[in-house]
Amino acid sequence: MSDPTVPDPTVPEPTGSVGFDELYQLNVNGETRDVRDAWVGESLLYVLRERLGLMGSKGACEQGECGSCSVMVDGELVCSCLVMAASAIDQPIVTIEGVAPIGSPSDVQQAFVDAGAVQCGFCTPGLIMATHALLERSAEPSEFEIREELSGNVCRCTGYGRIIEAVQRVSVSRRADAESGIAS
Amino acid sequence: MPVLVPTSLDQAVSMLSATPDALVLAGGTDAMVEVNAGHRKPHHVLVVNRVAELRSWTFDPEASTVRIGSAVTYAELMEPPIADLVPALAEASRTVGSPQIRHAGTLGGNLGTCSPAGDGLPVLAALDAIVHLASATGERSMPIGEFMVGVKRNARRPDELITAVTVPVVSGYQGYSKVGVRNAMVIALATACIVVDTPGRTVRLAIGSVGTTIIRCTDAEAFAASAVDFDSGTASGDTVTRFGELAAAASRPIDDHRATADYRRHAIGVMAGRLLRRGFANV
Repeated sequence: MSDPTVPDPTVPEPTGSVGFDELYQLNVNGETRDVRDAWVGESLLYVLRERLGLMGSKGACEQGECGSCSVMVDGELVCSCLVMAASAIDQPIVTIEGVAPIGSPSDVQQAFVDAGAVQCGFCTPGLIMATHALLERSAEPSEFEIREELSGNVCRCTGYGRIIEAVQRVSVSRRADAESGIAS
Repeated sequence: MPVLVPTSLDQAVSMLSATPDALVLAGGTDAMVEVNAGHRKPHHVLVVNRVAELRSWTFDPEASTVRIGSAVTYAELMEPPIADLVPALAEASRTVGSPQIRHAGTLGGNLGTCSPAGDGLPVLAALDAIVHLASATGERSMPIGEFMVGVKRNARRPDELITAVTVPVVSGYQGYSKVGVRNAMVIALATACIVVDTPGRTVRLAIGSVGTTIIRCTDAEAFAASAVDFDSGTASGDTVTRFGELAAAASRPIDDHRATADYRRHAIGVMAGRLLRRGFANV
């Protein structure tokens, strides 16, 4: 087999490739961010927290079980711990920091506060991301659908009742806003 | 460690041919768990889930088959119209992990990992799927039964990519059943997939997590083909019981930290019977 350190002229240039010790860029919350001095096998979660200082996504299980690291990559809700960061070059990434400006919470964030759906708060960023994704796909989810769609986000404090209530509050208030928008 | 992100199949196979030791990364839901834990330290990574040719599926109405690209995700398999064409695959996909996992995980990744607990694999086995592979030197295809070699072992050569699977569109009931400790985020303790081919007068049953690879229950299949009534869509209680017994007898489970062999064997019998009952009403 050919020596991989010698460039093979027959191999076409890929759209993207990240070499050993190379600087690469990620598009996070609408900004191009440089990732320096990274081992390219690092997970997106690790890069977000340790390289880019975005501490909102939480790291717990590092095997996709808990959902506390949930982010959007290319429009899909995924566990950032299971995304190899360098593989996400050229794809839009939205983290909890990109959901709403600090001090001006999104309707989902506000509903979690109002419904008392936050206790220790560790799972909350992941649940906020999952709730935004859920309501994007299904504006008026049934309780079954909410439980199903949030099944990848583990909360050990609340017992989920108030989380489900928070999701339902957003659904109801968005419909009310839409109806009053039509009326006015 | 370079990470290669090709967007075409030609690029992908030539890159793999230049670096056959590369870790082929699709959704990452299996591979990144090992990388995060330090169990796997790849020298090269080939990311395949942006290769256009692998991202789609096509229905061939003339051959009555569906060809599913290896980078099609479980979330995509759950949506109509493919969910209506291959319902058991949609059911199995729905049991995988959580929404986050199903948005990333792919059918090709399930084949690449080739765990006996892979949720897509019993469905592919029951459908007699054909697995398609490509390398810089050409393409080849093989039945799923030949592709799966052992626990996390398959017939893919290091320079080959899994490109697609072809499955038939079958007329008749098909379903998937899974036992685990909860509904979400669970590795199967035992699984079963039934495919009834009503015009072809066959019943196919594949079971998972109870052997080194997926097992086809040929004795149970032969028995069902002769014992059910395809015209009226019915089966007797005795037929259902015997079908479950033969399925359980075909299983080769082990005791491990997740369940005992006895429990798994029992679960196979129950699930096989239930699946047959869903396909055939009681008489």
